[in-house]
Amino acid sequence: MNPLLPFEWITAWRFMREGKMQTIFIITAVSIGVAVIVFMSAMLSSLQANFLKRVLTSTSHIQIIRPDQIARPLRLEPGALEAATVQTPSQRVLSIDQWPAIIAQLRQTPGITHVAPAVQGSALVIRGDASRSVSVTAVDAATYFQIVALPDYIVLGQPRLGADDIIIGIELAKDLGATVGDKLTLRSNTAAGRTVTVTGIFDLGNRGANKNNVFLALRSGQALLNLVGGATSIEVTLTDIYAAEDVAQDIHTWSGLQAISWITSNAQFFTAVNAQQTSNTLIRAFVGLSVAFGIASVLVVSVIQRSKDIGILRAMGTSRGKVLRVFLIQGGLLGMAGSVVGAAAGAGALIFWHAYLREPDGSELFPLVLEPSLFLNTLLLAALTGVAAAAVPALQAARLDPVVAIRG
Amino acid sequence: MANPPTPAVLRLERICKSYNLGTAVEVEVLHEIDLTLERGEFVALIGPSGSGKSTLLNIIGLLDRPTKGRLFVEGHETSTLDDAALTRLRGHAIGFVFQYHYLISAFTALENVMMPILADRGFPDAAMRQRAHALLDQVGLSRWENNLATNMSGGQQQRVAIARALAMNPALILADEPTGNLDTKSADTVFEMMRQVNRTNGTSFLLVTHSPELAKRCDRIVEVVDGRLTG
Repeated sequence: MNPLLPFEWITAWRFMREGKMQTIFIITAVSIGVAVIVFMSAMLSSLQANFLKRVLTSTSHIQIIRPDQIARPLRLEPGALEAATVQTPSQRVLSIDQWPAIIAQLRQTPGITHVAPAVQGSALVIRGDASRSVSVTAVDAATYFQIVALPDYIVLGQPRLGADDIIIGIELAKDLGATVGDKLTLRSNTAAGRTVTVTGIFDLGNRGANKNNVFLALRSGQALLNLVGGATSIEVTLTDIYAAEDVAQDIHTWSGLQAISWITSNAQFFTAVNAQQTSNTLIRAFVGLSVAFGIASVLVVSVIQRSKDIGILRAMGTSRGKVLRVFLIQGGLLGMAGSVVGAAAGAGALIFWHAYLREPDGSELFPLVLEPSLFLNTLLLAALTGVAAAAVPALQAARLDPVVAIRG
Repeated sequence: MANPPTPAVLRLERICKSYNLGTAVEVEVLHEIDLTLERGEFVALIGPSGSGKSTLLNIIGLLDRPTKGRLFVEGHETSTLDDAALTRLRGHAIGFVFQYHYLISAFTALENVMMPILADRGFPDAAMRQRAHALLDQVGLSRWENNLATNMSGGQQQRVAIARALAMNPALILADEPTGNLDTKSADTVFEMMRQVNRTNGTSFLLVTHSPELAKRCDRIVEVVDGRLTG
C-alpha cells in the first residue's frame, strides 16, 4: 500500500485492478471516444489555421476603398422629383481623395501594423496571339509585401517590382506560355499599352487567383489605369485580426470611406467554420455521453458485484462518504486513463494522416497543429465526465444497507 | 476514592423490532429484549432459524436500529446517534466475524487486517502494518500475510477475519456462525482461537451458533425463541 495514497484511492485502485478485464474494456471504449474527439478537434483547428494563414497572408486585414458612387435625384421642389426612376450609376475607377493624408492618420492609429496604398483595375495582358483579361494590382513592393506575403508564394523568379516589371500567377503563365524574363503587353481601356517583363511567377494555391491576378509597381499601375498620383484602395494589417470588424467600423466613421474587414469579405468561411464547429460540438457531446454511460454501466455492475465488500467496509466503520468517494475516484481514473490512451491514439492517427495524406505535389494537405491545451482540456473533461458518470453508481454504493449487502 | 464502575460492554433495555411499521402487515420480530454483556464475557447466542437471532445481532452491531428500547455500547446510548456517529462507534467498539469470512478479495491477508484501521485513519503507515502483522501472528497466519484471500483455505480466511475484527481493538466481537461453514477440525481451531483472544485480550464475544457443543464451551448461553430471550 502506498503511504501517500489515502484509503479511498487505494481501495478504488485495487477494485479496478482486480476487475482487470472490465477495466481494460471500459478504458478501451473511453480511449476510442477520446481519440475521435482529439482527432476531429485537432484536424478542424489545423484546417482552420491553414485557411486563416492562407487568407491572411494573401489579403490585407482591412481594405479601404471609395464609397460607392450614387446618383442624386434632382428635385424640382420639396416633395417633387424630376424623374420617376433614378438610374444606378456605373462605378468608375477613381482614386481615394487625400489618400496620403488618410494613410498618415492610419499609421498613427493604435493596433494598425502596416498600411499600403494600391491601385486596382482591369487590363488585357497580351503575349503573341494569346491574350487574357486580368485584374491588376499595382503596389509599392516595400510596404505591400509586408501586408501580403507574395514573396512566400513565388515559385519562379524574384518578387521584384521595378517600373517595367510584372509578377503573374502560375496559371496565367501557362495560358500565355510565358516564363520569367518574357515580355508581355498590358492594355487598359483608359491609357496606352505598356510593355513589361515577367520577374516572378506566384502560386497562391487558388486556381482563380493564379489565373486572374497580376502585380505591378504602383507608378506603373497608376499610369496604366490613368490614375497618376492616385490610389484606389488602402490595405491595412492589424495586431489583432479578430478586431478587424471594429477597426473597420472606426475607419469608416472618421474617413467616410468603405472599410471592408477580412471577416466580412470571408463571411462564407465563417459560416462554414460555425457549421463545422456546431457539428463537431454535437459529435463531441454524443461521444462524451456514450463514454459517460459506458463508465456508469461498468460501475453499476461493479457496485452489484462488490456489494458484499461494500457491506463489510461499512460494517468495519467505513463512512458512506468514503464509499461514495471510492466509486467516484474509479470513475475519474477510468476517464483519465481512457483520455491519456485516447489522446495519444488521436494524435498518432493525426500524425499518420498528416504524413500519408498529401497534395499531388507532395506538399502537406493541412498543417499539423497539436496544441497542449487540447490534450489538457480533454484530460480534465474526461476525468470530470468519469466522476459525473460515477455519481449514480457511487450513490447507490454509499446508500447500500450493510445488512442487505452482507446477506447478499 | 474508588474508580467509577466500568460500564458494561453491551446493554439492551426492552429492545423491540418490528417490520412494516404502521401497516396492516406489521410484524414484531423481537419483543422487549433485555441483555447485558460484561467486559471479557464469552456468550453464546442460540435459537432456531427465524427466531430473530440475526435481527438481534444486526441491532447490537449498530447495523440496524430497534423500533423501541435502548441500546448502550460501552456506555454510549445509541438511539440519539446519527448514521455517521453510529458508523464511527461501530468502527471503534465492535468487530465482526461472519459465517462466510468475507475478506475483500482485492487485498492480501495483511491488508485485509489493516483495512479497519486504514478506513479510520486515512493513510497507511508502518505502525498499522506492524499491528496487522502482530494480529496475524496471534492467529498463527503471519506466514500467509501476503496471500490474497482467494488463495487461502476457509479456516485460514476465518482466522484472518478474526484478526481483522481485532484490528481496532474493539471491546466486543460479534461472530455470526463463524464456524458454520468449516469442517470439524477447522471449526475447533477457529473457536479455540476466539477463546484464546477472549482470554488474552479481554475482548467480549457474542457468538451466534447452531452447535450445542460450541455453545456449552462458552461462559453463558442466551437463547432466542420467537423473538424473546429465554436463558
